[in-house]
Amino acid sequence: MTAATTQITTSTTPARTREVPRGPVWMWRDTWTEAMRHLRAVPRNPDLLIFATIQPIMFVLLFNYVFGGSIQVPGYTSYTQYLIPGVFAQTVLFGSAFTGIGVAEDMQKGIIDRLRSLPMYQPSVLIGRTVSDLCRNIFTFAVMFAVGYLIGFRIEGTVLAAIGATLLLLFFSYAFSWIQALIGLSVKSVEAANSAGFIWMFPLTFVSSAFVSTANMPTWLQTFADWNPFTKLTNAARALYNGTPPGADLWYAIAWAVGITIVFSFLASRKYQRGAGR
Amino acid sequence: MYAVEAVGLKKSFGATEALRGVDLTVEPATVLGLLGPNGAGKTTTVRILTTLLKADAGRATVDGVDVASDPRGVRSRIGLTGQYAAVDERLTGFESLEHVGRLFHLRTKDARARASELLERFDLTDAADRVVKGYSGGMRRRLDIAMSLVSRPAVLFLDEPTTGLDPRSRLGMWDLIEELVAEGTTTLLTTQYLDEAERLADDIVVIDHGEVIAKGTADELKGQIGGDRLEVTVARPDELDRTAELLHDRCAVSGAERVDREARTVTIAVSDTHKLVPGVVRLLDDADIEVVDVVIRRPTLDDVFLQLTGRAAEVDDAEEEVA
Repeated sequence: MTAATTQITTSTTPARTREVPRGPVWMWRDTWTEAMRHLRAVPRNPDLLIFATIQPIMFVLLFNYVFGGSIQVPGYTSYTQYLIPGVFAQTVLFGSAFTGIGVAEDMQKGIIDRLRSLPMYQPSVLIGRTVSDLCRNIFTFAVMFAVGYLIGFRIEGTVLAAIGATLLLLFFSYAFSWIQALIGLSVKSVEAANSAGFIWMFPLTFVSSAFVSTANMPTWLQTFADWNPFTKLTNAARALYNGTPPGADLWYAIAWAVGITIVFSFLASRKYQRGAGR
Repeated sequence: MYAVEAVGLKKSFGATEALRGVDLTVEPATVLGLLGPNGAGKTTTVRILTTLLKADAGRATVDGVDVASDPRGVRSRIGLTGQYAAVDERLTGFESLEHVGRLFHLRTKDARARASELLERFDLTDAADRVVKGYSGGMRRRLDIAMSLVSRPAVLFLDEPTTGLDPRSRLGMWDLIEELVAEGTTTLLTTQYLDEAERLADDIVVIDHGEVIAKGTADELKGQIGGDRLEVTVARPDELDRTAELLHDRCAVSGAERVDREARTVTIAVSDTHKLVPGVVRLLDDADIEVVDVVIRRPTLDDVFLQLTGRAAEVDDAEEEVA
């Protein structure tokens, strides 16, 4: 160890101001600082980015070409027009699982403990995380949209409606990030966050109108599928992309997204403040 | 004013009482060693003092600020290094330090200057722009401690700073902590290593099962259990008991002798060491006991712990640290 060239600590200096700055500007700055911690790491982890890109491409191609020929859906001449919004919805939702994995990793490594011992605006740890995952999801969406376009998916309605559908999908993925954040804070390991984050999303996304019409499901399953918030989301987004009126599904979908965000951001923040998982 | 003052801290996790009323104080510009085996309540104490955990009862102040009523005020005055290096592997060393500086609300320019200063101070300048993932264990630890010094904290908390380090890194860490202390950093460090507390701490608080069982300087603790220790190693394990008996009759001052069957040693407290060794050798020789080694040594904190708790610090029930 080299000799100290500078005085590193000043505990011998008389009382100094250690005022903690407060107010919305600092809340925003802390949140941005935390979001940047995750975002600046993205290009350094090309593997992760590649997989996050390949998976949606694979889903679009598999469903479209493997099932596309055999699946008929009422009201749609082209399965692609029906399917792609469903794949969009499923993929952005699956993308939210990264939030849980990331939070669990921060917990396991003691990074959450360190952040909790800093005089920062504490909610920015989770807000920064969910916002950075939203940015990642926007990228994923852009890739999927391009692939969808290449295989013949077209916006049949107005551009405004298509933008609305896209925002709705992203809002849903953001809401689900908070569910995942709560999971990430509650489990003991990254591996557990991985399974706990994904497992329930399979029935949620498959028992829905995302890939097939719910009309051909057994009655009990159909009841679940019709009430599934994911069905509401898919129906609303699909209608908006295809230029048909989304009806009540749009309001249901927005209400679900708002509700999930409020409830789970509250639960996750409380869990965080109480010392997370311990 | 004390740099840290805790009075009657209690904390339970379900049915487990982790802390049963812990009192401790740290004088400014000194090092307090919180010593105890795994599960004694060291980490729980640190977590309460650093606002990560709320106590069920009792109160505590850090640099004069109450941990319960103004946690954010406390956070602006402390640095914390936990048991495991809390470093984000995806960032570079420089970015890690800059990130902490920003969260302490330094201006960008100041956060960067401070980052470079600390990297140099901790011998990490060459690795500054490398991603932490490629750092060695010792480098991570150094970066971890550097991160807790970004704000020039009034009190530095080090929770088992050398746990998991290889012997060489451990010595390096000791040197580093000694330098920080020489610069006047008030430090509270926890450890389960007796030699570590002895070497680094001005005052020591011994904690066991959530209670303080002794406190004082290392010398004062030693004073509590009398003078030097005589340690006799014999050749044959079956002669240990007879050796213990003979030594007890010859020179015990207080307490019992201690027999370590694995090391084949008998340890006993002695008061007068004048001509003791030749006397003991003759005594055992006359009894036909083959002696391998006879040593007189100062008591270690190991002896203190044994005396206070009736069991050695290392031989623990392997109770998990609850928090």
